[in-house]
Amino acid sequence: MAKVQSVKNWNNFPEVESTVYSFRTSGELQKLLRESPKVIARGAGLSYGDASLGEHVLSTHYFNKILSFDPYTGVLRAESGVTLRDILEVIVPKGWFLPVTPGTKNVTLGGAVAADVHGKNHHAEGSIANFIRRIRLMTGDGVLMHCSATESRDVFMHTCGGMGLTGVILDVTLQLKKIETSYINQRNIVAPNLKRLLELLRANGDATYSVAWIDCLARGKHRGRGVVMLGEHSTRRDLAEKHQKEPLTVHQAAGWKIPFHFPHFALSRPAVQLFNAYFYAKYRWSKKDFQVHYDTFFYPLDGIKDWNRMYGRKGFLQYQFVLPFDGGEQALDAVLERICKHGAASFLAVLKLMGPESSPVSFPMPGYTLALDIPMSSRLFALLDELDELVVAHGGRIYLAKDARSKRHVLQQGYPRIDKFRSIRKLTGAFKKFESLLSRRLEL
Amino acid sequence: MSKIPANKSALILGGTSDIGMAVAECLAFEGWSLILTGRNEDYLHRIANDLQIRSGSSVQSRYFDATDTGTHKTFFQSLEIVPELCVCLFGYLGEQEKGMKQWREAEQIIQVNYTGAVSILNLVANEFNARGLGTIIGVSSVAGDRGRGSNFLYGSAKAALTTYLSGLRSRCYHYGVHVATIKPGFVATRMTESLDLPASLTAAPGQVAKAICRAYYKRNNVVYVLPVWKLIMTCIALIPEQLFKRLKL
Ligand SMILES: Cc1cc2nc3c(=O)[nH]c(=O)nc-3n(C[C@H](O)[C@H](O)[C@H](O)COP(=O)(O)OP(=O)(O)OC[C@H]3O[C@@H](n4cnc5c(N)ncnc54)[C@H](O)[C@@H]3O)c2cc1C
Ligand SMILES: NC(=O)c1ccc[n+]([C@@H]2O[C@H](COP(=O)([O-])OP(=O)(O)OC[C@H]3O[C@@H](n4cnc5c(N)ncnc54)[C@H](OP(=O)(O)O)[C@@H]3O)[C@@H](O)[C@H]2O)c1
Repeated sequence: MAKVQSVKNWNNFPEVESTVYSFRTSGELQKLLRESPKVIARGAGLSYGDASLGEHVLSTHYFNKILSFDPYTGVLRAESGVTLRDILEVIVPKGWFLPVTPGTKNVTLGGAVAADVHGKNHHAEGSIANFIRRIRLMTGDGVLMHCSATESRDVFMHTCGGMGLTGVILDVTLQLKKIETSYINQRNIVAPNLKRLLELLRANGDATYSVAWIDCLARGKHRGRGVVMLGEHSTRRDLAEKHQKEPLTVHQAAGWKIPFHFPHFALSRPAVQLFNAYFYAKYRWSKKDFQVHYDTFFYPLDGIKDWNRMYGRKGFLQYQFVLPFDGGEQALDAVLERICKHGAASFLAVLKLMGPESSPVSFPMPGYTLALDIPMSSRLFALLDELDELVVAHGGRIYLAKDARSKRHVLQQGYPRIDKFRSIRKLTGAFKKFESLLSRRLEL
Repeated sequence: MSKIPANKSALILGGTSDIGMAVAECLAFEGWSLILTGRNEDYLHRIANDLQIRSGSSVQSRYFDATDTGTHKTFFQSLEIVPELCVCLFGYLGEQEKGMKQWREAEQIIQVNYTGAVSILNLVANEFNARGLGTIIGVSSVAGDRGRGSNFLYGSAKAALTTYLSGLRSRCYHYGVHVATIKPGFVATRMTESLDLPASLTAAPGQVAKAICRAYYKRNNVVYVLPVWKLIMTCIALIPEQLFKRLKL
């Protein structure tokens, strides 16, 4: 079935008129692929940018069944439109958790695999590709293909992080992670500047989860000040008395809701500065070691429905890049300086450590990754172009799941194996069938 | 919401419909055991399996074709348990224009929406009445409240279903068996996917499912899922036929 509608992803930019097709069975998908023009798969639309946008979009919204779950081995098989939220509701009560999770549980499994998502444990455990047993993929001519680290390996490796451009992921078999409780022992450490913050992150490289929140607007000797947050799954023994009776509870439904698009002044520099300063102070004076539910630790923003409306109707861009450890600190400092000078206000800037890569085209590589949200403005594009050059000059790359504007040469420099990806697309016929605004922009 | 003992069971005829899935989900999470029916067996199995994994309740699936009335008796007798609740959701919108030209299409609309429903619900009602226990919930449509030029094949089949359910309610009442009629108005489902429906008049499948569950607990007779539809249909019923026939509705 098809419907023409206006489609945009989480950051509300860009917005395009698309014909959206949906399917409930693989037979229906096969038929669609054989009859429709060039298409791109779309999950929950929680990427920031144009990766899942195009003139013809295949929504996995109704292809969302959990196919099997073995509570003894922790192996789950589910269709690509199932959300991580749905999966957690099934697995947590049985003592299992997602091996890798992004900062929202509303994404689909297909979207998570196509972007080869990373979490707060990338430095220690890698991206989601490391935990995939098998993918069933439908190719452009409607043929069903099984791929894994041992079967059709090339297609598998380029599907993880392939941004939907190798085919439609039908279902995924995933190895989950055993947990004793659904709580996390969290430790917060305040860092007065970037140097100290990075030291802290590195020194805590053995923590299962680590992430830092940075105040991008702090200037001079405070530049890069922030809070390092570490986490470990709480064991039954660690668990606070009040949770002992129910150690494996799942998340709650979202509570708050942003009722409308915020007006532009709410994002002015002073307003955001105030917000950031408040946060910094709050962390400085609050408890350093405590126990929280996984929902609070991993998905703090899921509690606020439609928080993207904070950025107003015009939307925003998220900018995420990774820089290698070698020289990364200086480059990060330079990026922060430019952002500060430019006056681009950002509520959220998140810094993480990354470990070894697992797929030739996916984003993660060893180093520091920074992600920041910046409200839309006409000057923003020039700033980000400038930052792109800085990032690739230092051997880094930008994250395609968060990109709506970068140029071809930036991709080319940041992803040295991208030509092989192009040839695989040609070889499998994917090139003729799968196209997104992103693939057109970057000539993939 | 566990208002009922865990071992109740329901038969969902049309378990592959978007509304049917939502009803099944509501019931399974309340602890009901379910039997879902459909013709697309692969899809049906996946729905049943997913729901069983997510809810922990027992969810079986069975092939059932509403138009193949000769098989209905065997189908019903083959169920291992007689359910306490039967929700009848299968339906076929069809194409009015096509139906005017090809009897096959018109017949399909009538058979799925009306004769098929009568065939299976007669069997269910007789069994429930013999036990003196049970609830039947039939999903009809506001399209049956008055025949409109643009879709009266479907509308008339649903009108017949509404009348049937009303009579069945009266008959079963004397045996302690309850019959409810649900009129959903527009619902955003696979059936209406290609239509442009006004958002304020369109319910989500989950809303219809809630109304169906409520109708079970409250023993409602006739339910308009969105109250505005009751108003609309009351007004439409008041338009004199002289005028109504001229309107292109
Ligand atoms: C609040 C927030 C926090 C986030 N935090 C993180 C984070 O910590 N780490 C991280 O890595 N990402 C993060 N992200 C990004 C997000 O995880 C990815 O963009 C993810 O791909 C979104 O999945 P989706 O289901 O919304 O897919 P969409 O946005 O709809 O699509 C994303 C890509 O997946 C492809 N795709 C979707 N389904 C299929 C399919 N069935 N077959 C083939 N291709 C498919 C699309 O073509 C597209 O290229 C975050 C996003 C938000 C909104
Ligand atoms: N959507 C609306 O706006 C709306 C409004 C008012 C009333 N309704 C009514 O609500 C009910 C559910 O509809 P829906 O909107 O959820 O539609 P849907 O998703 O299209 O479902 C239609 C259902 O009917 C079944 N069906 C069709 N032909 C059948 C046959 N010959 N034998 C057995 N089953 C058959 C289908 O199952 P298989 O194909 O698997 O067999 C499917 O379960 C229908 O009775 C419909 O008339 C819908």
